[in-house]
Amino acid sequence: MVENRPWLNALSHLVLITGVVVVAFPVYLAVIASTRGPNDFYSGLVPLLPGPHALENYSAMFGAGLSTSGAPPLGLMMTNSLIMALSIALGKIAISILSAFAIVYFRFRFRLVAFWIIFITLMLPVEVRILPTFKVVADLGMLNSYAGLSIPLIASATATFLFRQFFLTVPDELMEAARVDGAGPMKFFRDILLPLSRTNIAALFVILFIYGWNQYLWPLMITTDTGYYTVVMGIKRLVAVADAIPQWNYVMAAVVLAMLPPVVVVVAMQRLFVRGLVETEK
Amino acid sequence: MQTKRTVFGNCVLPYLLLLPQLAVTMVFFIWPAGQAVWQSFLQQDPFGLRTSFVWFRNYERLFHDPNYLNALGVTVVFSISVAVLSLGLGLILAVAVDRLVKTRLYSALIVWPYAVAPAVGGVLWWFMANPTIGVVPYLLRLVGYDWNHALSPTDAMIFVVVASSWKQISYNFLFFVAGLQAIPGSLREAAAIDGAGPVKRFFTITVPLLSPTSFFLLVVNTVYALFDTFPVIDATTKGNPQQSTTTLVYKVYQDGFIALDLGSSAAQSVILMLIVVLLTVVQFRWVERRVQY
Amino acid sequence: MTHLNTWLRAAAMTGALAASVGVAEAKTQITWWHAMEGELGGKLEEIVKKYNASQDQYEVVPTYKGTYPETMTAAIAAFRAGQQPDIVQVFEVGTGTMMAAKGAIYPVYQLMQDAGANFDPKGFLSAVVGYYTDADGNMLSMPFNSSTPILYYNKDVFKKAGLDPEQPPKTWGDVEAFSKTIMDSGAAKCGFTTGWISWVQLENFSAWHNQPIGTEQNGIGGMDARLTVNGPVQVKHWENLKKWQESGLFQYGGPVGGPDAPPKFYSQTCAMYMNSSASRASVMNNAKDFKVGFGMLPYYDDVEGAPQNSIIGGATLWVLQGKPKDDYKGVADFFAFLSSPEIQAEWHQFSGYLPITRAAYELGQTQGYYEKNPGSDVGIKQITLHEPTENSKGLRFGNYVQVRDVIDQEFQALLSGQKTAQQALDSVVSRGNALIEQFQQANE
Repeated sequence: MVENRPWLNALSHLVLITGVVVVAFPVYLAVIASTRGPNDFYSGLVPLLPGPHALENYSAMFGAGLSTSGAPPLGLMMTNSLIMALSIALGKIAISILSAFAIVYFRFRFRLVAFWIIFITLMLPVEVRILPTFKVVADLGMLNSYAGLSIPLIASATATFLFRQFFLTVPDELMEAARVDGAGPMKFFRDILLPLSRTNIAALFVILFIYGWNQYLWPLMITTDTGYYTVVMGIKRLVAVADAIPQWNYVMAAVVLAMLPPVVVVVAMQRLFVRGLVETEK
Repeated sequence: MQTKRTVFGNCVLPYLLLLPQLAVTMVFFIWPAGQAVWQSFLQQDPFGLRTSFVWFRNYERLFHDPNYLNALGVTVVFSISVAVLSLGLGLILAVAVDRLVKTRLYSALIVWPYAVAPAVGGVLWWFMANPTIGVVPYLLRLVGYDWNHALSPTDAMIFVVVASSWKQISYNFLFFVAGLQAIPGSLREAAAIDGAGPVKRFFTITVPLLSPTSFFLLVVNTVYALFDTFPVIDATTKGNPQQSTTTLVYKVYQDGFIALDLGSSAAQSVILMLIVVLLTVVQFRWVERRVQY
Repeated sequence: MTHLNTWLRAAAMTGALAASVGVAEAKTQITWWHAMEGELGGKLEEIVKKYNASQDQYEVVPTYKGTYPETMTAAIAAFRAGQQPDIVQVFEVGTGTMMAAKGAIYPVYQLMQDAGANFDPKGFLSAVVGYYTDADGNMLSMPFNSSTPILYYNKDVFKKAGLDPEQPPKTWGDVEAFSKTIMDSGAAKCGFTTGWISWVQLENFSAWHNQPIGTEQNGIGGMDARLTVNGPVQVKHWENLKKWQESGLFQYGGPVGGPDAPPKFYSQTCAMYMNSSASRASVMNNAKDFKVGFGMLPYYDDVEGAPQNSIIGGATLWVLQGKPKDDYKGVADFFAFLSSPEIQAEWHQFSGYLPITRAAYELGQTQGYYEKNPGSDVGIKQITLHEPTENSKGLRFGNYVQVRDVIDQEFQALLSGQKTAQQALDSVVSRGNALIEQFQQANE
């Protein structure tokens, strides 16, 4: 706190409470829906208060659960989602922090070419280029494998871009000092840049983990073995066919359960959002 | 392009560092994208059994299609609205959190929506805005507004903009918080000692120091609004009524993925790629000059 | 001698044992990609298990590949990469695309012939199979889940409005009169709503009134067929829909499947509702506070030949080329199993989809299923009302997903007052034909 201004603090609380109410309201609806009976959704206003069926719905999800629709058990799907989310998050952070380091801290031939090759991949989601991408993955023999699930999704420049933006704000003096001390580039990277990037890595990890966790279309396309089912695929199977109305109570119970791991990640990563990292290093 | 005043001298290391990312990009992005470019000059049935080379006919057809030109306009309105709304709200919430001490609960609740799978997020908004059972039309009726996104293009546009911005608010909030936390408190303290009030400090210190983050988010949000919003549109309005919410990427998705018109959808993808390359160049060349590193 | 005999017998037995083990290991795997979610997906896998247990030569492996468009795109992507499944489930609007892909599909009639399977095309309901045959009446794909639109109505609201709750409206005149009575009495806010404007209020509407949807038997005769839905009967109907929407008798349920329509019926906002016969189970579950009645689609009694018969929607199973011969024998065997009366009746009664063979329908009758479940045979009666004509066998056009989109857009233009019914339908025809022509060019 720079100084204490009660009215500003009160305003901040007000803004945040309004923000939370508005932003979290759809999530609230999902939680409420997961406590209701199967036919409470279409005959009046959407339910806004919890119903008595929470236990029933959640135990159904844990028990027979998604398997009534022919999907594998929840545990296996959760594990697959976890493997996929972690590979995508860690893989992407690793390759992009290295390439951002190269682009910002070195001057070399073809630097601009490399820069643009990477940065045009900011665009075009998989759905739009699905046929050629599928062909490449099939030709490489990566159908039905964790590699096929995660590596093609690592090809995107957002993370590289974020690290580049951050590295550019790191004071030049830090690097000059390191050079004076005789530290090589990798030592500088490991001892100074990496610790400084903690907050950004944490934010990225949250985003990428959730991105990987929520993947649906790509795993659906490249797997035929139910052993690779992810949890979102399982949820989609509950959202029924054209002619029937889904059992929203089950769907939402599954949605809430599938949200838990990402929420755990968010809460855990928050510990890294601490002010003053930059200052203590200085 | 921005770089450091001083750099490391090493002739092999940078290439090694870049290798993994370049390899993945080439194999899984550039190569398939190249095939899309080739496909855009072909007329082909979905199974690839009959192929003829048609030069620019797929493109010509697009530019004679009033729906396509309409989608261009829709995309401009849609993308700017989504970017402004989600960046604005994300920043306001992040600044509020940055002022306070005990904020973990707030942050967790604000980031939470990001954990909802996109396909499900669309469904939740569909429920909220449904004219018969939705909460939003119910509230609006109380104040005398008759909400009907099935027939009113304005309502439909507002609907998709809000539904698409929703998740992105969490995203922007998270990175704005990270950016704000990286601003040294000492700078603000110094300014406060010099007698600068909170508003003045915000504009003279926070805004400039936040500009690298803002630039990153601006680019990412533009790309998001242009490309990643079709699951939301698909779950809410499906581009209706009368194409008033059909954006360029939703049209690619519809024509290519749903209707399997490969030549046209490839041509549309190529145009999209060109638009983004152009936007990226513009953003890096002109917008970035105002960014302070 | 006996010694040798024993030895020989032992050897023969070992051989037989080895052979049977060999067969068990080499069970031919048949891959089936499908789009059945929820409980239907569970039922599908149950049927497959039954088949796998019923014989030991083949093993059918079902894989869920997402929604209809996702499944179809996945199969096509796989085909282009040489990784296709044996069987893929494709929705009815994909029929044109599949049919045109001559080198990629293995027509079912040919498959059954080549495999010498026990298969009688005459046992199928012609209104179901007709949708998926070529001009010579050969069956190209195997119908799996088909449905047809019917009318649902709210008996309680009818009673409150002073109408006979056992009497559904027969004609569009009735629909209008009943709706007025209902609204005037305050029993409900709106008369009727409908899912699927394209499927129900244009395609089925045309077939039900024996009006052509397009030339060349609605496209079944060849790829040079063009749409002709701007005839006077269709124009009059759309004019009426517009008029009824203005006076509140009719509420629009949204594009494509009409996602806003079911809540209007379940919340008792609208008293009548037209949608797929396969929605019956959902309707029964969601109609918590009122009794549901069933009726056939309404018709205009001044149109000659109405009512004819309604047409179907849903999905069929297509067989893809490029797999080993043994696979196809298995596929034929599995299809014969799928179309057996017991399995058909089981699937039809569980799912609410139409039975595809006469025998399955008759089995249901002898089981007393239709008496116990009123309304479950309205769809069957409707599609078999008369022998299908050229106008009511079905329809088949290329790029039809986009054509349906055009229908939705033009209907919205009509409702918002930008176009008259004639202009909207003329535009459906001209824009639709441009898309169909484009498909023809890419596939010839």
